[in-house]
Amino acid sequence: MAGRNALIRFRYRYLSGRLVGEVLSKSWIDAAIPVVALLVTIGIMSFLIPGLLGAGHIADLARQLAEFGLIALALTIVIMSGGIDLSVGSMFALCVLAALVGMNVLGLPFPTALAITLAAGSACGLLNGVLIGYLRLRAFITTLVTLVIFRALYDIVFPRLASAIVGSTPDSAAWDYLGFGKVQGLPVSFVIFAVIAVAIHVTLSRLRPGWRLRAVGGARRSAYNAGINVKRTVCLAYVTSGLLTAIAAFLFSARLGSTGADTGIGLEIAVLTAVVLGGVSLGGGRGSVGGTIVGATLVLILTNGLIRLSTPGSVNQLLLGVILILAVLFDAKWVKNRGKILSKVYVSPAYLDLPEQARTKDDPFALNDRLRDVELIGLGAVEGPEDVVLDGQDNLYTGTRHGTIVRFLAPDYVRSEVFARIGGHPLGLAFAENGDLLTCVGGMGVYRVSPEGAVSCVTDETNRSWFSVIDDSRLRLPDDLDIAPDGRIFFSEATIRYEMADWILDALEGRGNGRLICHDPATGRTRTVLGGLIFPNGITICRDGQSLLFAETWACRVSRYWFDGPHKGRREVVLADLPGYPDNINRGANGTYWIALLGLRTPTFDLAMRKPAFRRRMARRIAADEWLFPNVNRGCVMRIAENGAVLDVLWDAAGENHPSITSTCEHKGYLYFGGVSNNRIGRIRLPDTDPAWTAQRDYWGRT
Amino acid sequence: MARPAIIRKDDRPPFHARLLRSQEGIVFSLAVLAFVLFAILLPGFLSTGNLLVLVRSVSILGILALGMALVVIARGIDVSMIATMVVSVSWAFVITRAGYSFELALLIGAVFAIAAGVIIGVLIAFGDVPPIFATLAAGSVIYGTGRTFFFTLEMQNVPPDTDWFSVIGQGNVLGIPTTVVFFAVLCGLFHLVLSRTRFGWMLYAMGSNPNAARVTGVPFRPMTVAQYAISAFVAYLAGLILASSAAAINARLFNSTMIYDILLVVVLGGIGLNGGHGSVRNVVLGTVFVGILLNGMTILNIDYTVQNLVKGIVLLLAIVVDSIVNPRDEQTSQQGDL
Repeated sequence: MAGRNALIRFRYRYLSGRLVGEVLSKSWIDAAIPVVALLVTIGIMSFLIPGLLGAGHIADLARQLAEFGLIALALTIVIMSGGIDLSVGSMFALCVLAALVGMNVLGLPFPTALAITLAAGSACGLLNGVLIGYLRLRAFITTLVTLVIFRALYDIVFPRLASAIVGSTPDSAAWDYLGFGKVQGLPVSFVIFAVIAVAIHVTLSRLRPGWRLRAVGGARRSAYNAGINVKRTVCLAYVTSGLLTAIAAFLFSARLGSTGADTGIGLEIAVLTAVVLGGVSLGGGRGSVGGTIVGATLVLILTNGLIRLSTPGSVNQLLLGVILILAVLFDAKWVKNRGKILSKVYVSPAYLDLPEQARTKDDPFALNDRLRDVELIGLGAVEGPEDVVLDGQDNLYTGTRHGTIVRFLAPDYVRSEVFARIGGHPLGLAFAENGDLLTCVGGMGVYRVSPEGAVSCVTDETNRSWFSVIDDSRLRLPDDLDIAPDGRIFFSEATIRYEMADWILDALEGRGNGRLICHDPATGRTRTVLGGLIFPNGITICRDGQSLLFAETWACRVSRYWFDGPHKGRREVVLADLPGYPDNINRGANGTYWIALLGLRTPTFDLAMRKPAFRRRMARRIAADEWLFPNVNRGCVMRIAENGAVLDVLWDAAGENHPSITSTCEHKGYLYFGGVSNNRIGRIRLPDTDPAWTAQRDYWGRT
Repeated sequence: MARPAIIRKDDRPPFHARLLRSQEGIVFSLAVLAFVLFAILLPGFLSTGNLLVLVRSVSILGILALGMALVVIARGIDVSMIATMVVSVSWAFVITRAGYSFELALLIGAVFAIAAGVIIGVLIAFGDVPPIFATLAAGSVIYGTGRTFFFTLEMQNVPPDTDWFSVIGQGNVLGIPTTVVFFAVLCGLFHLVLSRTRFGWMLYAMGSNPNAARVTGVPFRPMTVAQYAISAFVAYLAGLILASSAAAINARLFNSTMIYDILLVVVLGGIGLNGGHGSVRNVVLGTVFVGILLNGMTILNIDYTVQNLVKGIVLLLAIVVDSIVNPRDEQTSQQGDL
């Protein structure tokens, strides 16, 4: 049995599938799939065709990629704006014709021919843009028709000029340089393509026009309601598409110097395949320049490889069609189901064995009803007071779900005011020596509030660990904090895998997802000091100034960690196998500590924690609101000595006022209670304590 | 607030005013105008022989447009029809030449066409692929499959010893070409299906509001598959008639602008691409108009490429008019609606 459990523990620690969910949750996963497909294709192709990766072929491929990639980028821009441009193939043919007529037939200087080509492309794009943007025609059918029109124009003009085009060669050094020149060993056209690609990437991802374009593509109606000029944005997308196609056509003309009757026929299918393979979603909003280039390279290598394998053109056509269908199918299913898959596989349970605590006759946790007569503060006026703290003037501070810190004024705590607006739910609170209020804000980081109520950020990131897939430099759920005598701030981050709203899901994993972090105001640096903790929650500095106590909620234990002094780095469990889930820890009078238990363990959930396979199945098969969760509806407050001895336990037997408590705080003979899901703060007079004790005096030796 | 206008039959605007308000009316007027103009200006246009040629040449287009209309009414589109048509018919001929009986070969061709339609329908209904992409790519795949595996020659002649087959395209019934008769029969059949059967009503429901149709219990996915199967089968029938009348089928039709001609007929006839409205009457009207246009241009001896240009521009104008008559609203247009 023990061996079997060890096996389960091992299997769910090292082969838990946690990474699958984490990788799926990354945004680069969209781009990773085309890259993998490209690598696989290159692998297969270079196996089938020995000389595929030779230098000469690579240079040829680079020139082709410059032209094909520019058209793919043109289509990418249009698709990201929520439209489509099927006319790129015919537009390309027309622009090639314009360039060759300019250079070969009319013998115009290089810049003039370039201007004519670009003008031709822009005019074609403008026609599409006006029709689709301003007249609001349907993009697909409209560009299908302009495809026919542009093609017909080409078919009318080309035969009349074909011999004139072939008959003369332009005498232009720039033209030849464009077609055959190299910069640092790279073809000129490829360099031009790279520069344009970077410019488009920066525009789409960093500049306002690009954001507007993606907004229109992602949610046209919202973009319209947000005041974006949708019509102009869409129109400009098509004009840009025309312009890029014209550049591609100019490069193509310079390289080949002639054109045929079939130039650009079927190009739209190849380009569309490239773009969709590159992860650009039809319907708009999603996609990237990098993905498009990967897709374009893939299609080019595939078509070139097939030509070198001397397969007939119909096979090529068949294969491109099949790939296009598969890519669109995958895209449609991926966009629709990614979230579903993620929610199924993200929860990744581990094995956690919590031994049953022996019940003795003089069990310190015997039920009593000492919290029956609490005085209620702010009933209905606060929501989610996770932590409570009092200042030197006996005013009471607490955070609320609304993202504010509320101050209840002494002596009767009837009047209250909003002390500071933070924006996130403030959890742990602690006063610094200079009177600043420090708070851990869920989803944001550690913040400082001056006595005047001015809010400033203390830290919102820590060092990134090397092998974490999740970006653990960001603080997701800072929970509680305390301040060392030298001003260093130690705080706990409960989990790096879940956001504030899903904190309870971490209970299903039972894995060490949390950590202790230290921020040193002297250097301004934030560093993780202890990782792999199971939902570290409450934290308080011990009176020796060299160690701290911290509670691990789902592991039901309290540990002590020395961060300074002769024992530096030592960590020992002070209190293990608690009957409930410990939350915040605070100092109390007479050298004791107060710990709040937010819920009690149940045999069912303990069993579930020893059955990771069961929890995994549960998370995959049934809806989240039917999952088995730990009991966080009933808890108590306990007082312990520094060595872990339980001195006192206070229960609310009736369960009316404080069934679940996340924080307690002693102040001048009273004990105050907060609860993260409560709408009240409670206080009760403690009979056997030092009525003058305050945390300020205990910490900083002042009254 | 203006009172809601209740138009009684006798208050309605006069016929000629109504005519120019809908696209259908405009096209009808244009068709009449073109007919009259050609009749006056072109000698030989009005001759019985030419008119028969006109009707015969467009009836194949009309039959294809019937299949397309069915799909378009349900807010789909099928641009793979030509590929299905040429490949299934060519394959049937190849099989016959290989020694099988002609009837069996025709049956295999039909099965191939329907299978292609079903696969396209499954991709659209179950794979959530936008119809236009599914059919565009499928056209390429079907044609590529045909050219790679089924036949190598572009031109496939009708197999010998099949005399009855030539009757389909070249015979006459009471002086009317059988091609036209087929078109008329199919028109009647489609009219019955669209206006009298539950299947037809569901098509309109799917086209005018797909989500509402789905919610109210229209078997959305089977219906979608059925539409594309039907349009593929109609394409096959049209291919048989075409092959019979020309004694051969040319696979190169796939690369021609024929699919745009079909769209031209459907859109010009007044079947909006947004789906949900239109009837067989619109197909007939579009067919006649396109027929007059093509015939007139041919008689005028206009170059084929210029004809393409004219057709493209006319189609573009038709779409512009369509979008003005049935405008899309910024607030209600569908996301990703291409």
